[in-house]
Amino acid sequence: MAQWIDACATDDIEAEDVIRFDHGPRTFIIVRDHADSYYCTDGLCTHENIHLSEGLVVEATIECPKHSSIFDCRTGEVETPPACENLHTYRTKVENGRVLVEV
Amino acid sequence: MHMRDYDLLEGDGPRAIAHGLVTEGWYRTPIPRAQMKALMQRADQPAIRDTLLLFGLMIAFAAAAVALMPSWWSAPFWLAYGVLYGSAMDSRWHECGHGTAFKTRWMNKFVYQIACFCMLRDPSCWKFSHARHHSDTVIVGRDPEVAIMRPVVALKVASNLVGVPDVVDGLRRLVAHASGRILPDEATYVEPVFHATVIRTARVWLAVYVAAIALAVATRSWIPVLLIGLPRLYGCWHMVICGWLQHGGLADNVLDHRLNSRTVYMNPVSRFIYWNMNYHVEHHMFPLVPYYRLPALHELCRADFPAPSGSMGEALAEMLPVLWRQRTNPDFHLRRPLPPTANPYQDGPEPSPAA
Ligand code: FES
Repeated sequence: MAQWIDACATDDIEAEDVIRFDHGPRTFIIVRDHADSYYCTDGLCTHENIHLSEGLVVEATIECPKHSSIFDCRTGEVETPPACENLHTYRTKVENGRVLVEV
Repeated sequence: MHMRDYDLLEGDGPRAIAHGLVTEGWYRTPIPRAQMKALMQRADQPAIRDTLLLFGLMIAFAAAAVALMPSWWSAPFWLAYGVLYGSAMDSRWHECGHGTAFKTRWMNKFVYQIACFCMLRDPSCWKFSHARHHSDTVIVGRDPEVAIMRPVVALKVASNLVGVPDVVDGLRRLVAHASGRILPDEATYVEPVFHATVIRTARVWLAVYVAAIALAVATRSWIPVLLIGLPRLYGCWHMVICGWLQHGGLADNVLDHRLNSRTVYMNPVSRFIYWNMNYHVEHHMFPLVPYYRLPALHELCRADFPAPSGSMGEALAEMLPVLWRQRTNPDFHLRRPLPPTANPYQDGPEPSPAA
């Protein structure tokens, strides 16, 4: 059953950047885009289980640090190979300076 | 002595998996996120400048060579054109394949397609092949891009200076793809969704090569094939030497790129041709850093890396005697000392014997 979890403070993440967020056995990324919107996706690349939190955020996309697959953080859609599978995305909301994610 | 089987289908792959060498982990020099983020930033300007210069030089050298034919005075211009076609296009294939050269994505894709054609490398197959090379760098039975296999067969290695084994293999794959087949080793790393694209691309390329040969025959002139196709043979020597230096004589079956890759200081001409891939340890450790920021990354990593080779000559002098010994002793390799400031080497689960 999905629940809203307090993941981080809004200013824990710079604009166009990412942090890793672990919850129980699961790992996610929280991304802040160029327009200060926040997104949450699975934390591991669908190609080879690399942590995306070391990747590069450009606008609302994240590029995997290993082989450069690019994912749209809004939809999880993979835009460039070698990854071929989309990421799961999770809803986010900002309340009182905190980023909450529904996982 | 450990005999190596590099075959991707029936070689040492399962052994590498059993020994924990096929893993998501790789050693990275600790660099603060803010600095890493700055280093990963893309810009169009350096790559546009270099690409205009490259294509401009290719046109100028080719025009001079054609104008001077059939005189031998055309030879230096053919050689210069050939190096840009057969060697500089390799580094463009590489950097644009990573998507790191340009900030604008279509520019990477555009140059990547041209470079793949020049290098006789299918764009999809080599995208996946190179991803595997980064995952399993010089892991025997897993890495499809090992330039020098052990035990070293000197004649085979040397014949690559004129591109023979690579081009024979490239043509074999091209014909197979054009006839609608994906080869079994490629099927281990190319996603099925890309197979149709591979076949379509091969048919277009084959038509271009056949047209160039037909034009050469019809006009009784070497010019069409000296412009298209043959430069992959007569101009690849620079790419091959740089390729040897990337990993030659160093450890295999390890998970720390400081052990299996080499950084070499190079002259500015070679660095232009090679697009700064002489910073090879840095590139493997942090593949998202574009070529024009590798010198800055190198400065940040120096204290954690073995000393770079001072020149191509120095690197060759270090590597060639090791290759010579690897003809009869495939386990022999270099293990370069780390500075006292460095983190210790992380060989991986199965340290290979040091020289
Ligand atoms: S691990 Fe992410 S693209 Fe390969």
